[in-house]
Amino acid sequence: MEYTIRVGGEAGQGLVSIGSVLSKMLSRSGFHVFAHQDYMSRIRGGHNFYQIRFADFPVTASREKIDVLLALDMDTVDMHRQDLNTGGVIIYDAAALDSPLSGQEFFDVPFARITEEKNADRIMASSVAVGVVLGLFDLDIDLFARIIESTMRKKGEEVIAKNIEVAQAGIDYVKKNYADSNSHKVVRPMTKDQMLINGNQAIGLGALLSGCKFYTAYPMSPSTSIMEYLAHNAPKYGLIVEQAEDEIAAINMALGASYGGVRAMTATSGGGFALMTEGLSLAGITETPIVIAEVQRPGPATGLPTRTEQGDLFFVLHGGHGEFARVILAPGTPEEAFYLTNKAFHLADKYQIPVIIQSDQYLADSEWTFPDFDTEDLHNEDFRLRHQALQEMSSYKRYALTDTGVSPMAIPGASRHLVAVDSDEHDEDGHIIEDAATRIAMVEKRFHKKMPLIRQEIAPPAYIGHQQAVAVLVGYGSTSGVLQEVCSHLAEKYRIGMLHFNEVWPFPLLEKFDYLTLLKQAALTICIENNATGQFASLMRMETGFEFTVHINKYDGRPFLVDTLLGEINEYLQRL
Amino acid sequence: MNTFNDYKEQQKPAWCPGCGNFAILSTLKKALLDMNIEPHQFAIVSGIGQGAKLPHYLPCNFFNGLHGRSLPVATGLKLVNHELAVIIVAGDGDCYGEGGNHLVHAMRRNVNLTLFVHNNEVYALTKGQASPTTLTGKLTKTQPFGNPSEPLNPLALAIALDCSFVARAFSGASGLPFLQEIMKEAINHKGFALVDILQNCVTYNKKGTFHWYKDHVYRLEENYDPGNRVEAFRRSLEWGDKIPTGIFYRNDRQTCEQRLPPIQETPLVNQAVFSLEAGQEVHNFY
Repeated sequence: MEYTIRVGGEAGQGLVSIGSVLSKMLSRSGFHVFAHQDYMSRIRGGHNFYQIRFADFPVTASREKIDVLLALDMDTVDMHRQDLNTGGVIIYDAAALDSPLSGQEFFDVPFARITEEKNADRIMASSVAVGVVLGLFDLDIDLFARIIESTMRKKGEEVIAKNIEVAQAGIDYVKKNYADSNSHKVVRPMTKDQMLINGNQAIGLGALLSGCKFYTAYPMSPSTSIMEYLAHNAPKYGLIVEQAEDEIAAINMALGASYGGVRAMTATSGGGFALMTEGLSLAGITETPIVIAEVQRPGPATGLPTRTEQGDLFFVLHGGHGEFARVILAPGTPEEAFYLTNKAFHLADKYQIPVIIQSDQYLADSEWTFPDFDTEDLHNEDFRLRHQALQEMSSYKRYALTDTGVSPMAIPGASRHLVAVDSDEHDEDGHIIEDAATRIAMVEKRFHKKMPLIRQEIAPPAYIGHQQAVAVLVGYGSTSGVLQEVCSHLAEKYRIGMLHFNEVWPFPLLEKFDYLTLLKQAALTICIENNATGQFASLMRMETGFEFTVHINKYDGRPFLVDTLLGEINEYLQRL
Repeated sequence: MNTFNDYKEQQKPAWCPGCGNFAILSTLKKALLDMNIEPHQFAIVSGIGQGAKLPHYLPCNFFNGLHGRSLPVATGLKLVNHELAVIIVAGDGDCYGEGGNHLVHAMRRNVNLTLFVHNNEVYALTKGQASPTTLTGKLTKTQPFGNPSEPLNPLALAIALDCSFVARAFSGASGLPFLQEIMKEAINHKGFALVDILQNCVTYNKKGTFHWYKDHVYRLEENYDPGNRVEAFRRSLEWGDKIPTGIFYRNDRQTCEQRLPPIQETPLVNQAVFSLEAGQEVHNFY
């Protein structure tokens, strides 16, 4: 069983609140949910939609076709009616849109009139809409009540009761007026409640649980909801969240905080990362740990601010002048975003380097369900030298040369030892030098000694599928979910597999898993990327010499959807 | 007990003989000694420029970062460890030019930081180009027909932004005892403090010599009230034949640290590294 609901309308019509209540309700009643948002860069007007797919099996991407279209305006009807599955329904308010529509797929619900009849505030028409969906799937009002009681706690009992009352009116209206009220009946799965989380929340949660104590950023879509999440939780967990005057200030503030002795993080999108590159290079030479989340949107420049793309891989790989060690992690799911954020803090501190978590708008705003995140699996270790261990040292040098290239990282002010850090090339004491011998020693320390050790920490790509696959689908970052679905569809007919990289730099070694042999055995290898130039495929060639047989690139600012991608890959498979 | 010699560093300054930086460095050491601040109890954050090399020449914790970026680094450092005295040493190009945006917002944010600007009215490290405080008409290699822009008035800017502490001092021999007093006041002040220090440049500013400044600077009167913002603004506009020095303006605005609940009792750096309670946040996603 699976259904897709699409809620469409103008910005400001409440479609995000309808969508988020629906996905919460469905996940908390045990369904597997995948929801994604498609919105324009404007506060009011335009056309936006919120799409929710729910099923009694795990879902990891969005479908092309929909079963329920909740249309808050006429544009929604015009733009999306062709996507309706057979037997699907379009719910709209004929009176409010002033356009009665004929056709058996249309179901006219007078949201405005029902709200008015119940003496409810106009804004509660959203709750009527939620009620209608509940009624359509024969789901219980209690599900809605549970959500609304927690999200509207601050608004008071009266508002909560009224919302429940109008939602019930929505349910009643369906029962009374919908011709075929049994057509969408669902059975609630017997699984326990699922957690519902999007990519940005998962990064925020990961930071919180990894001991991040200082977060600073300049608001930039689609990264801002990380700051919103952390700012909201800051007082509870002793975290400082400071909004910087620009991204240059943000990265420098985070570096100052990290030098001061705490785990620090910043996040931005491509344009803000451009401003941060100077500071990234500073993190490199000063060996100051920092975690940066780069949540991509299509560029160049302002590009498409609220849409998605994987166009910045080479940018985060090469951004920043000079040569220094860095790590790039590219989570494919909110769960991976959670654990990889923890890994980012771990590696940043352990090797005193910048670690970049590269995500994109699609992952940032997509909501997934998971049974649980196990906090026991987190790796939290303090690498800073503080307290007694520091006080007892007879001498201290911030850049002491060691076998691993990693020097002891002390906290300034915590002992009589002085902690000296410099953006100029420096000696072990942190003082400016220009002599060749010290320069060579420091480059070797920062890069040649650290990098092989860091590379050992990088996990190999995940492979799902046939062990002697004739076709392998390859991707990195946010395409993981759609590749999984496409692959499992095709596995019925073909010997196929998918290879997904979520730790992309340093490029994974072959020792733990020889993915290269696997690829070489396949007749068809398709690299699927949300960009125009195939940056991941280029990186693969740079690092391994391997050439994919086919490239599928999508650069319209929208994510890959299961059905279209399936169709495209099928064509290649049929030619085999 | 500390002596002046405890503030001696092995590094030999890379400044030109006769540079005003030497006097600023020794005056800072004396001020720290007077205040009983030991080398490990403070940190200097600096950017790039001749003055920004200063932390290498006295024993201290330091973060010698990028050109113009000292203020955000200092802000991050101070917010995680507000018991550490944090001093920023910057030049006029560094702080008023490249880092101008950070300066505006540091004043607005009001973190308890002390900023000493070595203002020699010229880019010295890059060999003599016009800085934001260079006088109009000055000939340089990159302004061969004369600097076309008006100089920035850092004090007027700061007072307009209600900066918590605004002062000007002079680094010539006759001005040093006063500079030392102002430095101590600035470090002691709870809030963001700007001290603009007029300084010669023996190589690239032939007009603004110690002698010239000595003949033109004077101290604000004994009965001058630094609590009067309008008067402070009026006095900050005085320039030319007579240049006032002293504490122009001060207020007791709430600091950024006072507004942050997590650090009301213990500096952030001294709190538990990993919060066990944070684990419960996972449940909020069900």
